[in-house]
Amino acid sequence: MSNQLFHHALYIVESACKGCTHCMKRCPTQAIRIAKGKARIDNDLCIECGQCMAVCPNNAIAIEQDSLSQLEAFTTRVAIVPAVFFAQFDDSVTLSHICGALYALGFTHLYLAETGVDILGVLEAEDQSTTLPLISNFCPSVQRLIQVRFPLLVNNLSTLRSPAQVTALFARSELKALFEGLGIFYFSPCAAKIAQFKTEGSEEHRLFDGIINFDTAYNLVCAYIAKHKGDADQKQHTFSFPDCTRKALRWSLVKGQSSHHTGRCLAVDEMHNVIEFLEILEDEQDTNLQFLELDACAEGCVGGILTVRNRFLATERIRHWSSTVPKQLSQDLCERIIEQKQAFLKNLNLEPVQALHVLGLDTDHSKALQKLRKAERILAYLPGIDCGLCGSPSCKALSEDIAKSQASIRQCAVLKLKSAKDLNSLARIWGERSTTADGLQDDQA
Amino acid sequence: MAGVASSNLKRLLKQLNIPPLTIKRIIVAVFEAEVNVIAHSYGGKILCDFEEEQVQVDVIDTGPGIPDLELAMTEGWSTASDEVREMGYGAGMGLPNIRKSCDKLSIYTKAGDHTHLSMLFKFKEES
Repeated sequence: MSNQLFHHALYIVESACKGCTHCMKRCPTQAIRIAKGKARIDNDLCIECGQCMAVCPNNAIAIEQDSLSQLEAFTTRVAIVPAVFFAQFDDSVTLSHICGALYALGFTHLYLAETGVDILGVLEAEDQSTTLPLISNFCPSVQRLIQVRFPLLVNNLSTLRSPAQVTALFARSELKALFEGLGIFYFSPCAAKIAQFKTEGSEEHRLFDGIINFDTAYNLVCAYIAKHKGDADQKQHTFSFPDCTRKALRWSLVKGQSSHHTGRCLAVDEMHNVIEFLEILEDEQDTNLQFLELDACAEGCVGGILTVRNRFLATERIRHWSSTVPKQLSQDLCERIIEQKQAFLKNLNLEPVQALHVLGLDTDHSKALQKLRKAERILAYLPGIDCGLCGSPSCKALSEDIAKSQASIRQCAVLKLKSAKDLNSLARIWGERSTTADGLQDDQA
Repeated sequence: MAGVASSNLKRLLKQLNIPPLTIKRIIVAVFEAEVNVIAHSYGGKILCDFEEEQVQVDVIDTGPGIPDLELAMTEGWSTASDEVREMGYGAGMGLPNIRKSCDKLSIYTKAGDHTHLSMLFKFKEES
């Protein structure tokens, strides 16, 4: 039942991977195993949170990259840029500088992703999900975490389109009449948004023609600005689309979404906080909460894995910037939105997501039960120190891997040191994949 | 602490690929039963029997039994101590909620004896 089509943006750079256990131990869904000295990601379990990449000491985990040359395929090149991107620069680089550099890099229109928040507001979009508390779907990593680890909560997920998608819909509608060869590009602060956008058949895929990673764009803009520093800076550059309201600009910050909801809200950021909270929520029968804003990254999108600048400084810049924009939406902008209203009708909610059922030991109940029993018996023999030398994140994970015939008890280094002879008889009991003399797995079996 | 047993059970049910809505029903019922054991009895145990299309959960305590079962099944009726109520339990919805959550419920109890709850949950096709 797992979605095989889900696109993954994170990958292991095998030449750099030393097979240390950092990523495996950090992964919130236990999606990583070490085999033959290299880390491997189980695509069914990976939620693209980027924790492994953040913790890797050898730069052996990377995010796929689209090149800017893809712009050449289009004549009208629209960039949908989240506010977080502008916050990557310090105050010496003004918004006008950044916009100017983006136009020089080949974009013909610039839209702020957060404008989508105001569009949703003007259109009075209502969420079709009615299970309370409503969980924000803004962070794709959290959405996938719930699909993988918290299947009981999938119905609580919001189905409303994210602001960047809404802005893309708007841009497409507004510009379609004027130009042919229209290409819309999104600037992404993290792997999860790339994965969501690239998953074939996903709503995002139809909206965006390409995706540009924050770090790449940052470097290009910096290089451009450094080169043209001496130029007479007379021309003022700005968005093709007037920006947004104060409240909307703070959307991607922690508690930024909560301010758009009435009733009791809660904002939780950083992966292990989110998991701890979801565990409680799954058990809780009644909560008085109406809306939950959950972000996989610390401090929200400013903590994204592709961001360049310190997240607290970036947050501060967005806050400062937001204090300079009006609280109310301008009449002009409001009219432009209403003019394109047709494009959004029946289009503001997405299909509800499904639980992924990838945690189970087997799709068949009775086989799953057998494997569970087997894993329990194996676990009793394992040392319980979770050293990770076997290539599984914990003794419990190894016992389950053995029960699923994906590992051998011979991989346990502690048992081998204690008594190689006992290990042989245990391996005979629990079954094994053939091993070479040095105890490493041989995949030819 | 109330909730530990039902949390552990939840983890197992997920690994066994039980449909999410069924897990939810089981957890609601087992949590209530677990609270009952802690709040009203001397102690007890929870037994789970997994079958192809259903799960049978037995909650057996060591006494002192329920003197009037019909009264205990009434919504809002509770004998919980103030201490228990202060912790947010004891609203008198325990047994009624259990009955609503499971497909079949049978209770053996007698004042002075133990209480034995048998709950049956069928895996229903989920829409």
